[in-house]
Order: sequence, then C-alpha cells, then structure tokens
Amino acid sequence: MENILGLVALACGLIVGLGALGASIGIALMGGKFLEASARQPELMNELQTKMFILAGLIDAAFLIGVAIALLFAFARPFAV
Amino acid sequence: MAASENAGTNGPSAGEYIQHHLQHLQKNFSFENVKQTSLVDFSVFNLDSLFYSVILGVLGCFVLWRAARKASSGVPGRFQAAVEILSEMVESQARGVIHNAKSRKLVAPLALTVFVWIFLMNAMDMLPVDALPVLWHSIGPSMGFSDYQRVVPTADLSTTLGLSVSVLLISLFYSVKIKGVGGWTHELMAAPFGDRFFLYPVNFLMQLIEFAAKTISHGMRLFGNMFAGELIFMLIALMGGAWAWQFNPLSGGFWLGIGHVIAGTVWSLFHILVITLQAFIFMMLTLIYVGQAHDSH
Repeated sequence: MENILGLVALACGLIVGLGALGASIGIALMGGKFLEASARQPELMNELQTKMFILAGLIDAAFLIGVAIALLFAFARPFAV
Repeated sequence: MAASENAGTNGPSAGEYIQHHLQHLQKNFSFENVKQTSLVDFSVFNLDSLFYSVILGVLGCFVLWRAARKASSGVPGRFQAAVEILSEMVESQARGVIHNAKSRKLVAPLALTVFVWIFLMNAMDMLPVDALPVLWHSIGPSMGFSDYQRVVPTADLSTTLGLSVSVLLISLFYSVKIKGVGGWTHELMAAPFGDRFFLYPVNFLMQLIEFAAKTISHGMRLFGNMFAGELIFMLIALMGGAWAWQFNPLSGGFWLGIGHVIAGTVWSLFHILVITLQAFIFMMLTLIYVGQAHDSH
C-alpha cells in the first residue's frame, strides 16, 4: 500500500513536472516568435495577438489536463482500492 | 457538505472531501438515485449538469434577446454597446474562417451562442466552491435527492463531449450540403493521399481518425481545463477549511488561512483568463471545423 502511494506520488510529480516543462518551452517559443514578428511588422500585431492567445490556450490545455489527472491521482485515488 | 462545517470529531478527510465533491447528482431514466459504476454508462444522466447548463443557456438567450429588443439605432447605451462589440467580434472571426456568406448566416449565430453559453457555464467556477453544494445540502436530501452537487457543467465530460459531438454533426451536415453526397464520399475516399483505388481504405481510415481526434480533443480540452480549475479551487477551499479548526498562530495550520486568501485570489484572477480563453477557443475551433467542411480537396 505504501509502495503504491509512493509510486503514485512520483507519478504525479512526473506528470506535473514534465507537462510544465513542455508547456513552458512551447509558450516561450511562441511568445518569442510573436515578439519578433510584431517587431518586424507592427501593423500585424493585433491579428497575431488573437492567434497567439488561441495557441496559448491550446498549449496550456495539455498541461492543465495533466495537472487535473495528477490531482485526481493524489486525492481521489482511483488506483488505491 | 463543507469541510469546515463538519470539523468536529468525524469530519471528512481531505480525500473524502474531494471525492464527495467530484460525485455528480446522478439519476437513471426512471428518476431513481444511482451511482455510475462503469466509465461509460448510458443509463444514467447527471441531473446537476443538465439543470445548470439549461438554466445558463436560458439566461444567456434572455440577456441577448433583451439587448436585441431594446436596441436603438441612435446612440447605444452601455449594455447595447457591449453586446454589439461581442457580436461584431464573433462576426469578424466567422468572416475570417468561413467564406460562404450563406452558411455564415447560421454558423455565426451558432458561434455566438457557443461562446456565450460556454462562458456562462465556465463562469460558474467563479462562485465559491462550496456555496451551492451547502445550499443543496440543506434542501436536497429532505426532498429525496442524494447529497451531491457539482455546479460547473463544463467540468463534466458528458457536457463537453456532447457539445463537441454536436459540432461534429454540424460539420458533417455542411460537408454533405456543400459538396453533395457524391463529392463528400469521394473526398472521404480520396482525400489525404490521392485518388487511387488501392489507397481508398487507407484514406478512409485517416479521415475517420481525423474526425475522432478533432472531436475528442475538442471536448477534452474544455473539460480538462475546467476540471483542473475546479479541483484547484477545492484544494484552496481545503486550506481554508484546515485553517478554520487550527486557529492557533503557533501551529503551522494558522498560515494556511493566509495561503488560502493569497492562492484563492491568484487562482481566481488567472481563472478569469482561462474561462474566457477556453470559451473563445471552443468557439474558434467550432468555426474552423465548420470552415474545413467547406473546403474541397
């Protein structure tokens, strides 16, 4: 039992940590490209901003779903009988 | 059942509190109290999600109807201006994605409805996480219902997948309407790899995978965001609950109260962004999927 709980805790850490890593890299790449693009062509800034927010939501979603699953494992314990 | 109310001898543990709050008020079709046992079970429905989503849909329609009824062509009031900004935003997004003016007549109002409805359903997250469940705790069981209540309809996978499947059906309808049955069948068979008869099964399989992936990710994205938000609000509420029965500055529990206020403020503020963004993304993807039904290969 303790063994399972310990492994679940490790799994939650991995889910949140790796998800955060991926989401941060994604947001950073996209934000950098957005700033670069709007410095080159400031007149496109508003149009690009809408698209950037959509993509930010898409990138964030995978991470937040991971957080939800990790929290579910930590509190609702579907695997511990 | 609020954790802070039962803080006496037999209060629920943190895990029990969360599990209790993740249980829907479920009924089967002869209106008996039941609990879902398997992952997919078509004999039960979640009464709480249905109730709140219908109430919020009616509310959204009523607010927009009032704005349309009282609209004047003179100087608009503040309310009319807000609704105009909203509908113009949706209209311009629809114009960017769907180039067929005739289908825009149906799809742009559909997108507006989707946006307003999902925004309202997401905004139920902004209510204190225990407010309506505690109210239900004092009304529901005495009327013969079970003591479960979840107030965010979009934190229910049934709601979000229902919405995304509806979007899939609409885009299939437009595929048939724009291209005709023959044209659409031809596209299903010949689309990604080319019009060779030995490629037909592969193409068809790819199309099926594409439809399934689009629909499932469409629904899961909204569900995952709202579910995570709701769970984190519950954890923040638990911090406050733990503080309420450890009211002693010398023990560590006292600082949970301060953590509760800070974390609650920060997460609520961030969540305002998340609920708006997710409603907007759901609307945009609805438009994009219907727009894809208009493209021919």
